[in-house]
Amino acid sequence: MADFFAMGGYAWYVWMAYGAVAVVVGVEIAAVRARRRRAFDALRMSLEPPPSPALARTGDAR
Amino acid sequence: MPPSMALNWFRLSSPVSFYPIAGAWSYAFAVLAALLAGIGLVIGLWIAPTDATQGDAYRIIFIHVPTAWMAMFIYVVMAGWSALALGFNTRLSAMMAQALAPTGALMAALALWTGAFWGRPTWGTYWAWDARMTSTLILLFLYLGVIALRSAIEDPRRADRACAVLAIVGAVNVPIIYFSVQWWNTLHQGSSISLTAAPRMAMTMLAGILVMTAAAWCYAISVVLARVQAIIVERERGAGWLESLIDWRVGDDR
Repeated sequence: MADFFAMGGYAWYVWMAYGAVAVVVGVEIAAVRARRRRAFDALRMSLEPPPSPALARTGDAR
Repeated sequence: MPPSMALNWFRLSSPVSFYPIAGAWSYAFAVLAALLAGIGLVIGLWIAPTDATQGDAYRIIFIHVPTAWMAMFIYVVMAGWSALALGFNTRLSAMMAQALAPTGALMAALALWTGAFWGRPTWGTYWAWDARMTSTLILLFLYLGVIALRSAIEDPRRADRACAVLAIVGAVNVPIIYFSVQWWNTLHQGSSISLTAAPRMAMTMLAGILVMTAAAWCYAISVVLARVQAIIVERERGAGWLESLIDWRVGDDR
Protein backbone atom coordinates (compact mmCIF):
# COMPACT_ATOMS: atom_id res chain seq x y z
CA MET A 1 0.00 0.00 0.00
CA ALA A 2 2.83 2.40 0.86
CA ASP A 3 4.39 1.42 -2.46
CA PHE A 4 1.19 2.38 -4.21
CA PHE A 5 1.11 5.85 -2.66
CA ALA A 6 4.83 6.36 -3.31
CA MET A 7 4.17 6.01 -7.08
CA GLY A 8 7.78 4.99 -7.70
CA GLY A 9 9.06 8.28 -6.31
CA TYR A 10 6.64 10.43 -8.32
CA ALA A 11 4.03 10.74 -5.55
CA TRP A 12 4.09 14.57 -5.51
CA TYR A 13 3.37 14.87 -9.24
CA VAL A 14 0.88 12.03 -9.59
CA TRP A 15 -1.20 12.94 -6.52
CA MET A 16 -1.12 16.69 -7.18
CA ALA A 17 -2.56 15.95 -10.63
CA TYR A 18 -5.17 13.39 -9.51
CA GLY A 19 -5.98 15.39 -6.37
CA ALA A 20 -6.72 18.51 -8.41
CA VAL A 21 -9.14 16.58 -10.63
CA ALA A 22 -10.91 15.16 -7.56
CA VAL A 23 -11.18 18.60 -5.94
CA VAL A 24 -12.44 20.28 -9.12
CA VAL A 25 -15.07 17.58 -9.73
CA GLY A 26 -16.27 17.83 -6.12
CA VAL A 27 -16.38 21.62 -6.17
CA GLU A 28 -18.18 21.77 -9.52
CA ILE A 29 -20.88 19.31 -8.42
CA ALA A 30 -21.39 21.27 -5.17
CA ALA A 31 -21.49 24.56 -7.09
CA VAL A 32 -24.12 23.32 -9.56
CA ARG A 33 -26.28 22.00 -6.72
CA ALA A 34 -25.97 25.30 -4.86
CA ARG A 35 -26.89 27.17 -8.03
CA ARG A 36 -30.03 25.06 -8.49
CA ARG A 37 -30.97 25.65 -4.88
CA ARG A 38 -30.47 29.41 -5.24
CA ALA A 39 -32.49 29.44 -8.45
CA PHE A 40 -35.39 27.66 -6.76
CA ASP A 41 -35.15 29.91 -3.69
CA ALA A 42 -35.38 32.97 -5.93
CA LEU A 43 -38.29 31.42 -7.81
CA ARG A 44 -40.14 30.66 -4.58
CA MET A 45 -39.53 34.19 -3.32
CA SER A 46 -40.96 35.60 -6.53
CA LEU A 47 -44.10 33.47 -6.21
CA GLU A 48 -44.81 33.66 -2.49
CA PRO A 49 -47.67 35.97 -1.62
CA PRO A 50 -46.55 39.12 0.23
CA PRO A 51 -47.18 39.08 4.01
CA SER A 52 -50.49 40.48 5.08
CA PRO A 53 -50.42 44.09 6.39
CA ALA A 54 -51.56 42.95 9.85
CA LEU A 55 -48.60 40.62 10.24
CA ALA A 56 -46.20 43.17 8.86
CA ARG A 57 -47.26 45.68 11.47
CA THR A 58 -46.49 43.40 14.40
CA GLY A 59 -43.13 42.57 12.87
CA ASP A 60 -44.20 38.97 12.63
CA ALA A 61 -43.90 38.68 8.87
CA ARG A 62 -41.98 35.78 7.45
CA MET B 1 -41.65 12.30 -41.53
CA PRO B 2 -44.77 11.69 -39.45
CA PRO B 3 -45.99 14.85 -37.72
CA SER B 4 -45.60 13.30 -34.29
CA MET B 5 -41.81 13.05 -34.78
CA ALA B 6 -41.46 16.62 -35.91
CA LEU B 7 -43.45 17.64 -32.89
CA ASN B 8 -41.08 15.76 -30.60
CA TRP B 9 -38.06 17.60 -31.95
CA PHE B 10 -39.75 20.94 -31.46
CA ARG B 11 -40.73 19.90 -27.97
CA LEU B 12 -37.11 19.13 -27.13
CA SER B 13 -36.05 22.66 -28.08
CA SER B 14 -38.36 24.30 -25.56
CA PRO B 15 -37.15 24.70 -21.95
CA VAL B 16 -40.43 23.49 -20.45
CA SER B 17 -40.26 20.05 -22.05
CA PHE B 18 -36.47 19.81 -21.89
CA TYR B 19 -36.27 20.39 -18.15
CA PRO B 20 -37.42 16.91 -16.97
CA ILE B 21 -35.48 15.17 -19.76
CA ALA B 22 -32.32 17.01 -18.69
CA GLY B 23 -32.86 15.83 -15.13
CA ALA B 24 -33.25 12.19 -16.13
CA TRP B 25 -30.25 12.24 -18.46
CA SER B 26 -28.11 14.07 -15.93
CA TYR B 27 -28.79 11.33 -13.40
CA ALA B 28 -28.15 8.50 -15.85
CA PHE B 29 -24.86 10.00 -17.07
CA ALA B 30 -23.72 10.65 -13.49
CA VAL B 31 -24.13 6.95 -12.70
CA LEU B 32 -22.29 6.01 -15.91
CA ALA B 33 -19.50 8.51 -15.18
CA ALA B 34 -18.97 7.10 -11.68
CA LEU B 35 -18.83 3.52 -12.97
CA LEU B 36 -16.45 4.36 -15.82
CA ALA B 37 -14.20 6.51 -13.62
CA GLY B 38 -13.99 3.66 -11.11
CA ILE B 39 -12.96 1.17 -13.80
CA GLY B 40 -10.62 3.67 -15.46
CA LEU B 41 -8.84 4.54 -12.21
CA VAL B 42 -8.31 0.88 -11.37
CA ILE B 43 -6.80 0.33 -14.83
CA GLY B 44 -4.74 3.53 -14.74
CA LEU B 45 -3.42 3.37 -11.19
CA TRP B 46 -3.15 -0.38 -10.59
CA ILE B 47 -3.40 -2.59 -13.65
CA ALA B 48 -1.43 -0.60 -16.23
CA PRO B 49 2.28 -1.43 -15.93
CA THR B 50 4.90 1.15 -14.90
CA ASP B 51 6.39 2.88 -17.93
CA ALA B 52 9.94 1.85 -18.79
CA THR B 53 11.26 5.39 -19.26
CA GLN B 54 8.88 7.62 -17.29
CA GLY B 55 8.21 5.40 -14.30
CA ASP B 56 4.88 6.01 -12.59
CA ALA B 57 4.83 9.71 -13.54
CA TYR B 58 3.24 8.69 -16.85
CA ARG B 59 0.05 7.69 -14.99
CA ILE B 60 -0.97 11.34 -15.22
CA ILE B 61 -1.81 10.55 -18.86
CA PHE B 62 -5.08 8.93 -17.70
CA ILE B 63 -6.41 12.29 -16.53
CA HIS B 64 -4.38 14.66 -18.71
CA VAL B 65 -5.49 13.36 -22.10
CA PRO B 66 -9.23 13.11 -21.22
CA THR B 67 -9.34 16.62 -19.70
CA ALA B 68 -7.43 18.10 -22.65
CA TRP B 69 -9.74 16.41 -25.16
CA MET B 70 -12.82 17.53 -23.25
CA ALA B 71 -11.55 21.12 -23.04
CA MET B 72 -11.31 21.25 -26.84
CA PHE B 73 -14.44 19.26 -27.54
CA ILE B 74 -16.66 21.22 -25.14
CA TYR B 75 -15.54 24.40 -26.89
CA VAL B 76 -16.62 23.03 -30.26
CA VAL B 77 -19.99 22.00 -28.81
CA MET B 78 -20.38 25.40 -27.15
CA ALA B 79 -19.62 27.15 -30.45
CA GLY B 80 -22.12 24.85 -32.19
CA TRP B 81 -24.93 25.69 -29.74
CA SER B 82 -23.94 29.34 -30.05
CA ALA B 83 -24.30 29.16 -33.84
CA LEU B 84 -27.75 27.57 -33.44
CA ALA B 85 -28.71 30.28 -30.94
CA LEU B 86 -27.62 33.02 -33.35
CA GLY B 87 -29.13 31.40 -36.41
CA PHE B 88 -32.50 30.34 -35.04
CA ASN B 89 -32.76 32.64 -32.02
CA THR B 90 -33.60 29.68 -29.77
CA ARG B 91 -33.45 30.24 -26.02
CA LEU B 92 -32.48 26.71 -25.11
CA SER B 93 -29.47 26.64 -27.46
CA ALA B 94 -28.10 29.76 -25.80
CA MET B 95 -28.72 28.21 -22.37
CA MET B 96 -26.80 25.09 -23.43
CA ALA B 97 -23.85 27.25 -24.54
CA GLN B 98 -24.06 29.11 -21.24
CA ALA B 99 -24.06 25.86 -19.27
CA LEU B 100 -21.06 24.44 -21.15
CA ALA B 101 -18.64 27.34 -20.53
CA PRO B 102 -17.81 26.71 -16.83
CA THR B 103 -17.20 22.98 -17.34
CA GLY B 104 -15.05 23.74 -20.40
CA ALA B 105 -13.03 26.26 -18.41
CA LEU B 106 -12.47 23.74 -15.62
CA MET B 107 -11.40 21.07 -18.12
CA ALA B 108 -8.92 23.48 -19.73
CA ALA B 109 -7.55 24.44 -16.32
CA LEU B 110 -7.19 20.76 -15.36
CA ALA B 111 -5.47 19.94 -18.66
CA LEU B 112 -2.91 22.70 -17.98
CA TRP B 113 -2.52 21.73 -14.32
CA THR B 114 -2.10 17.97 -14.89
CA GLY B 115 0.21 18.76 -17.83
CA ALA B 116 2.38 20.91 -15.57
CA PHE B 117 2.71 18.11 -13.04
CA TRP B 118 3.55 15.69 -15.81
CA GLY B 119 5.96 18.06 -17.53
CA ARG B 120 8.05 18.73 -14.44
CA PRO B 121 9.28 15.13 -13.90
CA THR B 122 9.56 14.32 -17.63
CA TRP B 123 10.69 17.58 -19.27
CA GLY B 124 12.15 19.28 -16.19
CA THR B 125 9.71 22.20 -16.20
CA TYR B 126 6.16 22.92 -15.01
CA TRP B 127 5.59 25.41 -17.80
CA ALA B 128 7.06 26.46 -21.13
CA TRP B 129 5.70 28.80 -23.81
CA ASP B 130 5.26 25.78 -26.02
CA ALA B 131 2.75 26.07 -28.89
CA ARG B 132 0.27 23.55 -27.51
CA MET B 133 0.50 24.76 -23.93
CA THR B 134 0.15 28.41 -24.96
CA SER B 135 -2.83 27.73 -27.25
CA THR B 136 -4.49 25.71 -24.46
CA LEU B 137 -3.94 28.65 -22.10
CA ILE B 138 -5.68 30.85 -24.69
CA LEU B 139 -8.54 28.33 -24.72
CA LEU B 140 -8.91 28.80 -20.96
CA PHE B 141 -8.93 32.59 -21.43
CA LEU B 142 -11.58 32.27 -24.16
CA TYR B 143 -13.83 30.31 -21.79
CA LEU B 144 -13.24 32.88 -19.05
CA GLY B 145 -13.93 35.65 -21.57
CA VAL B 146 -17.27 34.13 -22.55
CA ILE B 147 -18.24 33.76 -18.87
CA ALA B 148 -17.13 37.32 -18.03
CA LEU B 149 -18.87 38.78 -21.06
CA ARG B 150 -22.17 37.21 -20.00
CA SER B 151 -21.92 38.57 -16.48
CA ALA B 152 -21.14 42.03 -17.89
CA ILE B 153 -24.35 42.26 -19.95
CA GLU B 154 -27.57 42.60 -18.01
CA ASP B 155 -30.10 41.65 -20.69
CA PRO B 156 -29.83 37.84 -21.08
CA ARG B 157 -30.88 37.86 -24.74
CA ARG B 158 -28.21 40.40 -25.66
CA ALA B 159 -25.69 38.47 -23.58
CA ASP B 160 -26.66 35.33 -25.54
CA ARG B 161 -25.81 37.00 -28.84
CA ALA B 162 -22.57 38.63 -27.64
CA CYS B 163 -21.33 35.38 -26.08
CA ALA B 164 -22.31 33.43 -29.18
CA VAL B 165 -20.24 35.71 -31.41
CA LEU B 166 -17.22 35.47 -29.09
CA ALA B 167 -17.57 31.67 -28.81
CA ILE B 168 -17.80 31.23 -32.58
CA VAL B 169 -14.86 33.55 -33.35
CA GLY B 170 -12.78 31.87 -30.64
CA ALA B 171 -13.38 28.45 -32.20
CA VAL B 172 -10.50 29.20 -34.59
CA ASN B 173 -8.23 28.40 -31.65
CA VAL B 174 -9.34 24.75 -31.45
CA PRO B 175 -7.70 23.54 -34.69
CA ILE B 176 -4.64 25.59 -33.71
CA ILE B 177 -4.39 23.58 -30.48
CA TYR B 178 -5.02 20.33 -32.31
CA PHE B 179 -2.42 20.84 -35.04
CA SER B 180 0.06 22.81 -32.90
CA VAL B 181 2.24 19.74 -32.34
CA GLN B 182 2.56 19.32 -36.11
CA TRP B 183 2.87 22.97 -37.13
CA TRP B 184 5.46 23.96 -34.53
CA ASN B 185 8.35 21.88 -33.39
CA THR B 186 8.21 22.63 -29.68
CA LEU B 187 8.28 20.81 -26.39
CA HIS B 188 4.92 19.00 -26.35
CA GLN B 189 4.97 15.56 -27.97
CA GLY B 190 2.70 14.56 -30.83
CA SER B 191 -0.62 12.76 -30.52
CA SER B 192 -0.70 9.94 -28.02
CA ILE B 193 -3.30 8.06 -29.98
CA SER B 194 -3.65 7.77 -33.73
CA LEU B 195 -6.38 6.06 -35.70
CA THR B 196 -4.04 5.33 -38.60
CA ALA B 197 -0.69 4.35 -37.09
CA ALA B 198 0.02 1.16 -35.18
CA PRO B 199 -0.50 1.52 -31.41
CA ARG B 200 2.60 2.82 -29.68
CA MET B 201 1.50 1.91 -26.19
CA ALA B 202 0.42 -1.12 -24.22
CA MET B 203 -3.20 -2.15 -24.69
CA THR B 204 -3.95 -1.63 -20.97
CA MET B 205 -2.70 1.97 -21.21
CA LEU B 206 -4.86 2.61 -24.25
CA ALA B 207 -7.85 0.99 -22.54
CA GLY B 208 -7.29 3.15 -19.45
CA ILE B 209 -7.21 6.35 -21.51
CA LEU B 210 -10.33 5.42 -23.47
CA VAL B 211 -12.32 4.44 -20.36
CA MET B 212 -11.27 7.63 -18.55
CA THR B 213 -12.22 9.65 -21.62
CA ALA B 214 -15.65 8.03 -21.67
CA ALA B 215 -15.97 8.86 -17.96
CA ALA B 216 -15.03 12.49 -18.65
CA TRP B 217 -17.66 12.64 -21.41
CA CYS B 218 -20.38 11.26 -19.15
CA TYR B 219 -19.35 13.57 -16.31
CA ALA B 220 -19.43 16.63 -18.56
CA ILE B 221 -22.86 15.69 -19.99
CA SER B 222 -24.24 15.09 -16.50
CA VAL B 223 -22.94 18.27 -14.88
CA VAL B 224 -23.82 20.47 -17.87
CA LEU B 225 -27.40 19.15 -17.95
CA ALA B 226 -27.74 19.80 -14.21
CA ARG B 227 -26.41 23.31 -14.76
CA VAL B 228 -28.77 23.95 -17.67
CA GLN B 229 -31.66 23.03 -15.37
CA ALA B 230 -30.51 25.71 -12.92
CA ILE B 231 -30.17 28.19 -15.78
CA ILE B 232 -33.69 27.38 -17.01
CA VAL B 233 -35.08 28.10 -13.54
CA GLU B 234 -33.04 31.32 -13.32
CA ARG B 235 -34.05 32.62 -16.72
CA GLU B 236 -37.64 31.40 -17.06
CA ARG B 237 -38.74 32.80 -13.73
CA GLY B 238 -41.53 34.79 -15.31
CA ALA B 239 -42.96 31.70 -17.00
CA GLY B 240 -45.89 30.10 -15.24
CA TRP B 241 -44.86 26.49 -15.84
CA LEU B 242 -41.98 26.68 -13.34
CA GLU B 243 -44.43 26.76 -10.45
CA SER B 244 -45.18 23.09 -11.01
CA LEU B 245 -41.56 22.22 -10.12
CA ILE B 246 -41.77 23.69 -6.66
CA ASP B 247 -42.56 21.58 -3.64
CA TRP B 248 -43.89 24.07 -1.10
CA ARG B 249 -44.04 21.65 1.82
CA VAL B 250 -40.45 20.50 2.24
CA GLY B 251 -38.59 22.71 -0.21
CA ASP B 252 -37.48 19.61 -2.08
CA ASP B 253 -37.64 21.00 -5.59
CA ARG B 254 -37.31 18.95 -8.71
